[in-house]
Parts: sequence; structure tokens; C-alpha cells
Amino acid sequence: MRRKTSRLLRGIALLSTLALGATACGGSDDGSDQKAVSASDIQAALKKGGSVTVWAWEPTLKTVAADFEKKYPKVKINLVSERSGDKHYTALSNAISAEKGVPDVAQVEYFAVSQYSLTKGLTDLAPYGADKLASKYTPGPWNAVSEGKAVYGLPMDSGPMALFYNKTVFDKYKVAVPTTWDEYVDAARKLHKADPKVYIANDAGDAGFTTSMLWQAGSRPYKVDGTTVKIDFSDAGAKKYTDTWQKLIDEKLLAPINGWTDDWYKGLGDGTIATLATGAWMPANFVTGVPGAKGDWRAAPMPAWTKGDKASAENGGSSLALPALGKNKELAYAFVEYANSGAGVQTRVKQGAFPATTAELQSTEFQSTKFDYFGGQEANKIFADSAANVADDWSYLPFQQYANSIFNDTVGKAYVSGTKLADGLKAWQDASVKYGEEQGFTVEK
Amino acid sequence: MSSPLTTDSPATPAKTSSPARNAPRLRGPRRHTPGKPRRSLLLTVLTSLVVLYTVVPLIWLAINATKTQAGLADSNGLWFSSDFALWDNIRDTFTYDDGVFTRWLLNTLLYVVLGAGGATFLAILGGYALAKFDFPGKRGIFAVVIGAVAVPGTALAVPTFLMFSKMGLTDTPWAVIIPSLVSPFGLYLMWVFASEAIPTELLEAARIDGAGEARTFFTVALPLLAPGIVTVLLFTTVATWNNYFLPLIMLKDSDWYPLTLGLSVWNSQAETIGGDVIFNLVITGSLLTILPLIAAFLLLQKYWQSGLAAGSVKE
Repeated sequence: MRRKTSRLLRGIALLSTLALGATACGGSDDGSDQKAVSASDIQAALKKGGSVTVWAWEPTLKTVAADFEKKYPKVKINLVSERSGDKHYTALSNAISAEKGVPDVAQVEYFAVSQYSLTKGLTDLAPYGADKLASKYTPGPWNAVSEGKAVYGLPMDSGPMALFYNKTVFDKYKVAVPTTWDEYVDAARKLHKADPKVYIANDAGDAGFTTSMLWQAGSRPYKVDGTTVKIDFSDAGAKKYTDTWQKLIDEKLLAPINGWTDDWYKGLGDGTIATLATGAWMPANFVTGVPGAKGDWRAAPMPAWTKGDKASAENGGSSLALPALGKNKELAYAFVEYANSGAGVQTRVKQGAFPATTAELQSTEFQSTKFDYFGGQEANKIFADSAANVADDWSYLPFQQYANSIFNDTVGKAYVSGTKLADGLKAWQDASVKYGEEQGFTVEK
Repeated sequence: MSSPLTTDSPATPAKTSSPARNAPRLRGPRRHTPGKPRRSLLLTVLTSLVVLYTVVPLIWLAINATKTQAGLADSNGLWFSSDFALWDNIRDTFTYDDGVFTRWLLNTLLYVVLGAGGATFLAILGGYALAKFDFPGKRGIFAVVIGAVAVPGTALAVPTFLMFSKMGLTDTPWAVIIPSLVSPFGLYLMWVFASEAIPTELLEAARIDGAGEARTFFTVALPLLAPGIVTVLLFTTVATWNNYFLPLIMLKDSDWYPLTLGLSVWNSQAETIGGDVIFNLVITGSLLTILPLIAAFLLLQKYWQSGLAAGSVKE
């Protein structure tokens, strides 16, 4: 019996290896000699009509899809928006590996683009004319969707970082709004001393936040060249970040609240969480999620690592991409182009989305928008400034989604036990290296 | 089965106690009858704890359904906030996103009527047949049914998904309805109930009088099974109404979502960039979702209890 089982298992293992090999071979020569698709081809497709299935949870796309259908009455946009984040990627990966039910357009966050492009899961949009759009976008997002000459998606929104702070809390305890991270630690101590219920920020371990902080600090832990990957969390930038953040952790100055939970929204509303360093898309969530604190919050530039330094980073943000197995590519591209480069951008900005296009970011109308929620502050000036100062040489791992999923098992320990943050990052590095090797990447040591 | 509060009283049928209840109240030595069992402090405390455990979440839900999104954050969870927004919340729940809540409600009703109704119908037929007919392999079937009761539906969801995926039925309402049609527990309950509630002599009498099997079943057996049917119907209704995992893996198209999935979609909106945070509607929606179940329980309480106790007292 046992013998039989093990043979069976071996059989299954062999089969799966074969299957993997087959996909790898099948994918290798796709896309390299794609025919160029002219604008007139796309126009012809739009006239002919058809349907496009879009998997995207970005809320503003609903209006954009309706507008698009109005403009091209023969095209039907089937927007599926129920899944977001991990659930979305699981469904997308499942559909791609089953070669069944793959959407024609999918929302892909910047950190996950290379994961899908490397496995030939996404269509190169350069032959459709996307390569000519490079100058329309800010450097951070464009760098995330392009690889050499290939373009794997059009940036939909971006998240240049800013420091949101609860002005009421800072005024009450007469603490100055920090402009450097050293001042930030000081402010954290003062606020928590004045009222033990007040924390400078919430952080219970969040991969997206940590990588963005490393990005701003000048650390470049990931180097990716095709299937060759290097992971190293020991550069000077990473040390700057861990030294500072370790102080906040050791002195228990961070509220142990996970982001995006009801506790988090409550903490943002009642003054428990005094600042939030995050992407410029946050105002929309403030307005609906924390309506009670209207007028309390303001935006400020990210604290600097050395006084006067303006370096910023991106947090979050996503693109719309065309999965390689999707259908109606001309129509799909036309929709993506409309939503993320054409008239759709204005529609989305009006509904509170934060654009990735320089024209919108630099327009006076955008910059002079007064945010009622922030007491009439023209916060977009700060955000646009941040977007212009994002270093564009950052890259995520081609298996970032997996790496993020093991963040809490490794770095997360630093938040709950005596493990040092730097050691946690080292453990994350080791686990990521191991996984990368298992997946067949060449991992440089 | 004796009532849980009774500790040492003899198991006399409950009916004998009704004269005692009607008798004038006299202060006298306390008599421990089944209608008025001796009080036990320990049991009272334990039952109170269980009551608290089950009722507090409901109270929390009812209270918080009256709050706005802002009120949820800055008021105590177990008391009302200054603004009473229940009616606004209910209206918004039904109008949000072009009234998608109504669509989910109708889907749930569809799954309950076809799924739970069908499951009950099949359980009645099967239970009756197993209780009143002898045929080879009955013991085997008994073993299979008992075994199936022990396997939770969740464990079968993934294999079922793979099977339905091959048949091309996923992402259709059938993918939720067909698996809901099978209720081993319902079948077992009907079986036990039918063998107790229908005297075999009655069936024989009907047959001698010339009634066919179908007629015997529908006119003689079915009315006798009514309390059992209600019990099974309640069981399967609750299971289908609250079903989450099966539709979660079967359905992609939100037009076919039941309420459980729909509410979870609303809840996860708070986790996305630019997402509309509507915890107040999630809570109000949850309250509205459980109201029909509560109503069904209260209205059918009598049957429910007698069904549960079926076969516990030998007469």
C-alpha cells in the first residue's frame, strides 16, 4: 500500500514538473515579435464592437466604464469589482494557469506587475502604442509598468507618499509637526508622554509600508535583471530605517493596530493614531472611512532622513494590464487607454482618485483644489511635489506577492517579540532567497 | 428528554402540571414538579452566561445598526450614539450601488426556496422510504447516511467545485442549489421521525382500503410528518441562508451572490484604496439578513421544539 502511494505521489510530482516545463517552453517565444497594432485597427475594432471583461476593484472605474460604453455604444464593458488584493491575484493566477476565464483587462498593483510579466502572463502594450505614452506619467509608476522597451500596463493611480497628521492632537499637546524622522521620534515620545493613549502611528508590521519606507530611505534591497535576482537588506538606507524604527518599537510608541481594519478607522478618528505616512490616495478613504474627524487632519511632506532632503517614495497604486490569454485585445487596450490616459483620467480625478499622469498633477485646477476634509488645505500641491521627487530606480521582486505574504512570519516578529527589526529583515531576506531559488530564479548572494 | 433546568424531578409528562399552574398562588412549601422545578443557582448562572453569550452580539448588532459611519467610530459599541440613523441606514442599504442588496436578497431567497425546499422534500421521501419499507442494503444505506452526517459540507466544497467545474456548472445558480439539495442530517431526522410518527398499521389499513403507495404517502403519512418537516425545513433553511463557503468558491459573478457574500464584499471595500467605507451599511445589512431567520424561528418554535424532542419519550 505504502509503495503504491509513493509511486502515485512520484507520478503526480512528475506530471506537475512536466506541466510546468510545458508552460515555460510555450511561453518563451510569445510576444517577442508581436505585430504593431495601429490606431486605425483599434478604431475599426471599436466600430465593430464586442465585450471586454475587466477585473478591477478601483471604484472610480464604474463611471469610466459607463462613459466608455456611451461613447462606443457597440462595446460592452463587463466590470467585475468584487475581489481585491490577494483574492484578486489568486483568482487571476488560477484563471491563467487553468487557461480559462481569464479577464481581458486586469487591475495589477505596481508591486505585482513584474510577477505577471516575467511569467508571460501579460501582453506587451508597446505594439499598441503604449510606449509613446511614457512622458505622460510620473517616473515611479512608469518605471513599475515598463521593462526595457516593453510596457505591461498603463498606470491607473499612484501613491506618492505624504505625512497625514491629526492637527488637533498636535495642537493640543503643543508638539511641532516633524520634518525629519529624528523629529518624528521626538514627537512620538512627547505625544505618548502627554497622553499614553496617543501613538504617533499604527504599525503592526506591513510589508507595503516597510518597503516604501526603505525606498524613501534610499535602500534598494531588490535588484532584478530578468530571472537574476539579488536581495539584500543590509545597505546604508536600510540601516537608517531600522535604527529609527527600532526606537519607536522599543519604546512602544507605535499602536499595535493593523491597517484597513475597523480599529484602524476608529483610531484615525478618535486621535489614537496621530500620523499616517502613506500614499496620496488616502484622502478618499479619510472622507468615507473617518467622517467624524473632518477638519482634524492635514497633509505634510514626508519627514526627511537628512534635513532638507526631498526624496520621496511610492506606496500602493496600480495599473490596468491586458492578461496574455485575454480576448478582444484591441478593445481592451482602447478601454485601458481611455481610462488611464484619455478622458477617463479627469473623471477619476474628480471622484477622488490620485492620478499618475503629469498633466493632471501639474494642472492648476488640480493643485488648487481645496480639501474640505483637511480644513481647506490645498493638499495636492504637497502630493504633486512628492510625486516629482520619487526615485525611479526602485524595483520589486518578481515574486513580491509571495514575499509580502511571509512578511509577518519574519519581520513581523520584531513587533511582538525581542527580535530586532534588522534581524527580522535578514530573516525575510533568507526566506525570500530560498523561495526564489526554489522557483528557479538565479539568486545572487 | 427532560428540560435542562430539571435536576432531580421524575420524568412525568408535562401535561400533568397544568392544573398546578392554574391553581391560586399560595405561599407554602415549594413543591418540585416538572412545571416548577427546584431552582439551582449554578444552573441559573450557567444559563445566564449562555444567554448573554448568544444575545449580546445580537444586541450589539441592533444598537450599531442605528449609527452612522462617524457614530460607529466615536461612540461606545454597546450603547446608542447621539444620532439615530437606523431609517437612513435601511434606506441606504437598499439603494446603495443601484439596489444591489435587493438582488442579493432575492438570490438568497431563490437558493433557500429551491435548495432548502428541495432538500426537505428529498429528505421526506427518503426518510419515509427508509423508515417504512424493507429492502436489501438498508443497513448499508444507514451506515452511509450516518457517515455523511459526520462530514461537514465545507470539507466537500472543494471536491464539489472541481466536479461542477468539469460539468461547466460553476458560476451559475445551479452550483449553489444542487449541492444544497443534499442534507444527510435532514434525511436521518426524517427517518427517525417517520418511524416514530407513522404507525405501520395505519399504512397497512390504507393499503387494504385500496390506496396506492403515492396516495398513502401524500394523504396518510405526510400530515403525520408535519412537525418533522418543519424541523428539517428550518435546519436546511438556516444552512442555506447562512451558506458562505460554497457560493464563495462556486460564484464569480456578483449578480448571483447571496447576501452572505454580498455583505463580505461591502465589508472588504474598506480595505481598498479609494474604497467607499460603509461599515454602517454592512451592519444594517447584517441585521436585515438575520431578521427573516429570527421570524421563522419564533413563528415555528412549537414545531421546532417538538421536532427536536421527537423520539425522546417512549409512549
